[in-house]
Amino acid sequence: MFRLLEQGRSGEDAVTIDLDGQPVRARAGETVASVLMREAEAWCRATPVSQARRAPYCMMGVCFDCLMLVEGEGLLRACQTYVRDGMKIRRQIGARHVVPSC
Amino acid sequence: MVVDCVVIGGGIVGSAIAYGLAGCLDDVLLLDGSDGDPRAAQANFGLVWYQSKGVGMPAYQRLSRESVQEWRSFHKEIEDMSGVPVEFVGRGGLAYCLGDEEFEARQAILSRLASQMADTGIEMLSRGAVERLHPGIRLGPEVTGAAFSTLDAHVNPLRLLLALQRAFAHRGGTIRRSESVQAIETGRGQFRIRLKTGDVDAARVVIACGEASRVLAEPLGMTLPFTLQRGQIIVTERMAPFLAYPSDRIRQTACGTVMIGATKEDVGFDPGTTAAAAAGLTARAIRVFPDLAQVSLVRQWSGRRVITPDIAPLYERSAAFPGAYACVCHSGVTLAAYHARTLAQRIAGRGSWHEMEKFSARRFDVQAA
Amino acid sequence: MLKPDLLIVGAGPAGMSAAVVAARAGLSVMVVDEQPTPGGQIWRGIEANAGTARGRALGAPYLSGLATVRAFRESGAVYWPSTRVWQIEPTLRTYVTGPDGTLMIQPSAILIATGAQERPAPFRGWTLPGVMTVGAAQILLKAPGTVPAAPVWIAGCGPLALLYAHQLVRLGGAVAGFLDTRMPAPLAGAARLAAGAVLRSGRELAKGAYWYADLHRRAGRYVRGVVDLQALGTDRVEGVRYRTADGRVEEVETSLLLIHEGVVPELHTARSLGCQTRWHAGQAAYVPVLNEWGESSVPGILVAGDAAGIGGAEAAIQRGRLAALRILSRLGRLPAGQEGAEAACRKALARALAPRAFLDRIFMPRENVFLPDDDTIVCRCEELRVRDLRGALSCSVGANQLKAFTRAGMGPCQGRQCAYTVASLIANVEARPMGDVEPFRVRPPLKPVRLCDVASLAEEAAPP
Ligand SMILES: Cc1cc2nc3c(=O)[nH]c(=O)nc-3n(C[C@H](O)[C@H](O)[C@H](O)COP(=O)(O)OP(=O)(O)OC[C@H]3O[C@@H](n4cnc5c(N)ncnc54)[C@H](O)[C@@H]3O)c2cc1C
Ligand SMILES: Cc1cc2nc3c(=O)[nH]c(=O)nc-3n(C[C@H](O)[C@H](O)[C@H](O)COP(=O)(O)OP(=O)(O)OC[C@H]3O[C@@H](n4cnc5c(N)ncnc54)[C@H](O)[C@@H]3O)c2cc1C
Ligand code: FES
Repeated sequence: MFRLLEQGRSGEDAVTIDLDGQPVRARAGETVASVLMREAEAWCRATPVSQARRAPYCMMGVCFDCLMLVEGEGLLRACQTYVRDGMKIRRQIGARHVVPSC
Repeated sequence: MVVDCVVIGGGIVGSAIAYGLAGCLDDVLLLDGSDGDPRAAQANFGLVWYQSKGVGMPAYQRLSRESVQEWRSFHKEIEDMSGVPVEFVGRGGLAYCLGDEEFEARQAILSRLASQMADTGIEMLSRGAVERLHPGIRLGPEVTGAAFSTLDAHVNPLRLLLALQRAFAHRGGTIRRSESVQAIETGRGQFRIRLKTGDVDAARVVIACGEASRVLAEPLGMTLPFTLQRGQIIVTERMAPFLAYPSDRIRQTACGTVMIGATKEDVGFDPGTTAAAAAGLTARAIRVFPDLAQVSLVRQWSGRRVITPDIAPLYERSAAFPGAYACVCHSGVTLAAYHARTLAQRIAGRGSWHEMEKFSARRFDVQAA
Repeated sequence: MLKPDLLIVGAGPAGMSAAVVAARAGLSVMVVDEQPTPGGQIWRGIEANAGTARGRALGAPYLSGLATVRAFRESGAVYWPSTRVWQIEPTLRTYVTGPDGTLMIQPSAILIATGAQERPAPFRGWTLPGVMTVGAAQILLKAPGTVPAAPVWIAGCGPLALLYAHQLVRLGGAVAGFLDTRMPAPLAGAARLAAGAVLRSGRELAKGAYWYADLHRRAGRYVRGVVDLQALGTDRVEGVRYRTADGRVEEVETSLLLIHEGVVPELHTARSLGCQTRWHAGQAAYVPVLNEWGESSVPGILVAGDAAGIGGAEAAIQRGRLAALRILSRLGRLPAGQEGAEAACRKALARALAPRAFLDRIFMPRENVFLPDDDTIVCRCEELRVRDLRGALSCSVGANQLKAFTRAGMGPCQGRQCAYTVASLIANVEARPMGDVEPFRVRPPLKPVRLCDVASLAEEAAPP
C-alpha cells in the first residue's frame, strides 16, 4: 500500500523480521506497522469480536487497531513497536491465547 | 402522582427489589441518581458466591446459600423477561491457595462453615486436582491447592443490572434516572417524594441506594450502621477461553477479558485507583497463572462496598413509619435472587417479616448489651 | 525514588520548550515521551531528516524544529525516550514503563504536554484495512519516508490534510482525488474573522491559501461539498462512495483512503486526574479548564500545547514556556532578569493564536462527523454501531451508564475513538447542548501496560 521514497543502500541499515513465518526486510528504526504497510497483505489482525480484519489506522498509538503478537512480549501496538533483527511478529486472529503460540 | 411503592436506588439491590415488587404490586416506581454517582453495581466483581460467607453467622450462610441456589432458575427468568443474557455460569468456584499457610487457613474456614451447616458442598482440592481443572495452562509453583464450591457461580454484573431493569419495565414498572431524592416527607400514612417532574405519593418506600441510603433512612427511624471499604479491580484484554471456573480473585468473563480483584481498603470516600493496588493484584495473579505476565491490562477502577459490623446485610423495616424499608448489603450480586424473590415478597406484605428480623440493625444492639 | 522538581509528559514543541526554560533556571526536570526521539507530532524524526531532501520537502516550519530539539538536548533536562506514562495519581506520583522497566516518579509539579490526536470521524467502512488517517500517512512520510504506492484519495478538511497533500506531492507522491468535506462557512462572520486574522498573521494564511491552490492544481480530481462518505469493501477498502451537498452520489475505486477532520486535545491524562474540562464550541472539542498560565483545577498539574486546546506548534512553544515560568515562580526559583520573558511569551502567543478563530470557523466539521448514520461503527474496539447505542439510550442514561450497558469505550483504546460520538449521540437524543454532557470517566492505564510491568512494582510498594 505504501512504498519507500529512497531505496536504502542494501546492507547496513536493514534488518530482517519474521512476519507470520516469512522473512521481511525492514529499515532499522522503523515501526512494525510501517513495515506492514509495504506488504501486499497490509492488515494486522482479525478482531476478537467479529473476526473482521483491521490494519493500522492512526499510527500514533491512539486507536489500538494495529495490535500484533510480538514473540516474547505480548500483543502490542505495532505502530509503537520498533523493529529488531530477527523479531517474530504474528497477525492475531481472534482473541489471543494465554500461552503464546509463537 | 400516586404509586403503590417507590424504590430509591437503581443499583443491583434496588433494581432486584423493584423487579420483585413489580410482580406483586401494581405501580412501582424506581428512582435512580445521576450518571456520575458512585455505583457499586457497576464496579463489582460479578461473583455469585457463598463459599466464604457467614463464618460465625449461620443465618447469613444459609441466606447466601439459598440465594445462590435460587440463581439457577432466577437467571433464566430475568433473561427470558428482559431479553438480556446475563452470562451466568454455575459450574462451581475456586479460591486458590498459595503456600501451605493459605491452604491451612482456608481449610480452617471450611471446617468452621461445615460445623454450621450439614453438607456445605465446599471441599479442599489438592494442587493435582486443581491442575486437572485447568488443562493446558500452567499453575504457578506456589499453588498448593484450592477450595472448591460446587454451587458458586459468576455472572456479568453490568448485564445483570440491565436485565433487572428491563425485566422490571417488562413487568410494568417505571424507571426514572437522574432523580436524586433529597428527602422523603411523611404524613397521613403516605410518603411524599418531590421530583423534578412533580410530586409522588406512595404507601411504601424502599430505600436501597447503597452508600447513600443512610441520610434517607435515618429520618424514617432506621439506623444503618456500616462503613465503606474500597475495592479496586483490573481487567485485561480479551483472551481465548482458558479459565473454566471463576475464583474469588480472578475470573474470565464471557467476552474473554480476565478480571482480577479486588482489594479491601479502608480509605473512606476516596474514589481513586492506585498503581500499588494494581501491582498487588497483578503480582498475585501471576503467581497463580504465570502465563498472564504478558497479558495487557486494559482498565482499572474502584468501587465502594457497604460493610456492616458483621458483613451481613441490613434489612430494615421502620417501626415509626410503617411502609418504609431499607436494604443495604455488600454482596448484592449474590443476593439478587433472594432480594427479587423472598425479600420483595415480604416488603409487599406476603409472608411474615419475622425471618428478616435477624438482619435488622437491632442485632448489633443485642450484641452490645 | 525519583523526585524531580518538574515532570513533563511529552517532548513535542510544548514539552521541550518548557523543559528548556525550567532546566536552564536550575530546576531538575524530567521529560518522558513515548517516541524514541524528541519532536512530538510536528517535528517527528527531525534529527534524522534535517539536512536531507526529505527534510527540505517537509518545509520550513518542520525544519525550524531542529533548533528547539537542540536546545532541549543541551538544556540539562533528563530525557526518557521510548517511555510511556501510564498512571498519574492525585499525589502526582507517576508510573512509567520504558527500556529500564517500570518506575515510579514523584515530582513536585507535572506539565501535561501530550499534544493532540486526530478527531474521530466515523463513517461506514472506516474500520476497513486501507482506511487510515491523514496524520498516520504523514507519520509514515516523516519516518521512515514512505508514500502511498499509488495515487491516493484523501477525504476531509483541516490544515493537516492540506499540508500533507502538499508535502506528498513535493516528495513525488500523487493525489488521485481530494474529497473536500469543508462546509461553506457563513460568509459574514468568516470574513470578519478573516480580516482580523490577515492583519496579524497574513503570512500563515497566505501559505494555507497557497496549499489550497496547489492541491487544486495537482489533485487528479477535486470534489467540493462532500457531505457523506462510505468506504466500500469487505476485507479491505476497494472503493469510496461519496455524496455531495447537491445530492450527487459517486463511487471511485481505491485501495487506500486517507481521512482527516481536524485535531482535538489529548484529554485522557488531564481527565484521569480529575482536571475540570469544558466544551469549546468554536473548536468542537473538550478542553481543560486552565488559567492564563496553564494551571489546571488540580494543584500541581499544568497543561500546555495542543493538549490545552488546539493552537498549533508556535502557540505550544509559548504555552510551554509560560507554564515553566509559572512553575519556577511557584517554587520560588524564578531567576532574576526574567521579567521580560513573560511579556514576550504572551505577545508571541497572541500572534500565534490570531488566525485560530478563523481556521476553526472555516474548518468546522460537518454534522455527521458527530452524528453518523445508524449503520456506522462508533466503538471500533467493541464493534458497536450507532444503532446499538441508540437502542440503549432511550431513557436518559449518561455516558458512564451507556458504557456499562453497551461496552462502548471499554476496549483497548479506552474511548479515544468513540467518546466524542457517544457524547454527541447523548446530546442529540436528549436535546441537550454538548457542554452539558460529561464524556466517559477516564480510567487508568493511560497507555498500555502488561501485567508483568505492573507487578514489578509490587516489591517497591506493597498493596494496602
Ligand atoms: C470492588 C467490589 C467488588 C464486589 N464484588 C462483588 C461480588 O463479586 N459479588 C457480589 O455479590 N457483590 C460484590 N460487591 C458488592 C456489590 O457490588 C454491592 O453489594 C451492590 O452493588 C450494592 O448495590 P446497591 O444497589 O446497594 O448500591 P449501588 O450499586 O452503589 O447503587 C446505588 C444506586 O443508588 C442511586 N442513588 C444514590 N442516591 C440516590 C438518591 N438520593 N436518590 C435516588 N437514587 C440514588 C445511585 O445513583 C446508584 O445507582 C462488590 C463491590 C465492590 C465495590
Ligand atoms: C498525527 C498528527 C500530525 C501532526 N502534524 C503536524 C504538522 O506536520 N505540522 C503542524 O503544524 N502540526 C501538526 N500537528 C498538530 C500538532 O498537534 C501541533 O502542531 C504540535 O505538534 C503540538 O505540539 P505539542 O507539544 O502540544 O504536542 P505534540 O507535538 O503532539 O507532542 C506530544 C508528545 O507527547 C507524547 N505523549 C503523549 N502522551 C504520552 C504519555 N502518556 N506518555 C509518554 N509520552 C506521551 C507523544 O509521544 C508526543 O511526542 C499534528 C498533529 C497530529 C495529531
Ligand atoms: S495504528 Fe492506531 S494505535 Fe497503532
